[in-house]
Amino acid sequence: MDPAAPPPKRRGPARLADPRPLFEDTSATGASPGRGFGAPPPPPSASAAASSSSAAFGAPAAFLSEPVSSLAAAYGSSLASHVEGNLCRWLPVGRLKYYFAVDSVYVGRKLRLLLFPFRHPDWQVRYQQDTPVAPRFDVNAPDLYIPAMAFLTYILLAGLALGTQNRFSPDSLGLVASSALAWLLLEVLSVLLSLYLVTVSTDLTPIDLLAFAGYKYVGMIVGLLAGLLLGRAGYYAALSWCCLSSFIFTIRTLRLKLLWDASAEGVLGPILGVFSGIFVGILGFFWI
Amino acid sequence: MAFTLYSLLQASLLIVNAVAVLHEERFLRHVGWGSDQGIGGFGEEPGIKAQLTNLIRSIRTVMRVPLIALNSITIVLLLLFG
Repeated sequence: MDPAAPPPKRRGPARLADPRPLFEDTSATGASPGRGFGAPPPPPSASAAASSSSAAFGAPAAFLSEPVSSLAAAYGSSLASHVEGNLCRWLPVGRLKYYFAVDSVYVGRKLRLLLFPFRHPDWQVRYQQDTPVAPRFDVNAPDLYIPAMAFLTYILLAGLALGTQNRFSPDSLGLVASSALAWLLLEVLSVLLSLYLVTVSTDLTPIDLLAFAGYKYVGMIVGLLAGLLLGRAGYYAALSWCCLSSFIFTIRTLRLKLLWDASAEGVLGPILGVFSGIFVGILGFFWI
Repeated sequence: MAFTLYSLLQASLLIVNAVAVLHEERFLRHVGWGSDQGIGGFGEEPGIKAQLTNLIRSIRTVMRVPLIALNSITIVLLLLFG
């Protein structure tokens, strides 16, 4: 006991006096603005990613001075530019940038809208010379940031829930991810098919449909959280609430986007497609 | 539910194969979905049946040649990797 006690006490202050900082202090740069309602934390994860990447680049500075690694760096940069050139040809990157032009105020408002769509007065997307305004300025515009983050958060949360039931293994995380991606693709394709069959004229692009399909992951995350914290009754209650709210959200948003004539018989098709996608998507992850 | 991306690809390949193999004269004519049975006037809105008929016919026309390539690749890969 006696020989063990003094050495830790002596080594403690020496470790605290280590001069080289392990993490870059990002708190001063305002990396964490006010978070909105119940947001899965994107700003802290962004700042954590920035600090960890800067730690990774700060430490091996001596590593990059060797000739072999400079060759590797040159090859890597040429490969990156080659990939970037090809990517610009295939993906409409300019269009994609529009969908990620969000800020945290928009994220907060949109999340509140997704979970409480009942009191929102005006659902029309504001236009600016025939193109929709960026999501930063209009809460009704679709974006891809929330669906992407919600999708990844859902996968992680599903892994957590599997772990609490002792059903977790590293492969199952990949399985959940692949399955979620497959359901998403299936839903987007079924909505596209039903839109084509009903010949409704609309200015919805497939990316818009992907965004709307991804919004339901927010509801699924809330349902999963309720199920983890409150048990089976909480899971069902939260799930039915999120079903209802995403149903209303989708109908109110798409009602303005789908321009049809007076004949209302074509209304059922796409709405049924979307609703069945929501329902089936939620059922597909029913294992609590 | 182990519904993976790979099973989605398999299912879509099988469905597209089924649509391509469909023989119009024998089956669709009975249902009234044949490609030469009047699809509707020129100025009207085509209904769902006409859209489906068009879709089936266009899938058959477009996907004939790529399906040959896709099927042979799938056969080779399944033979090699099970």
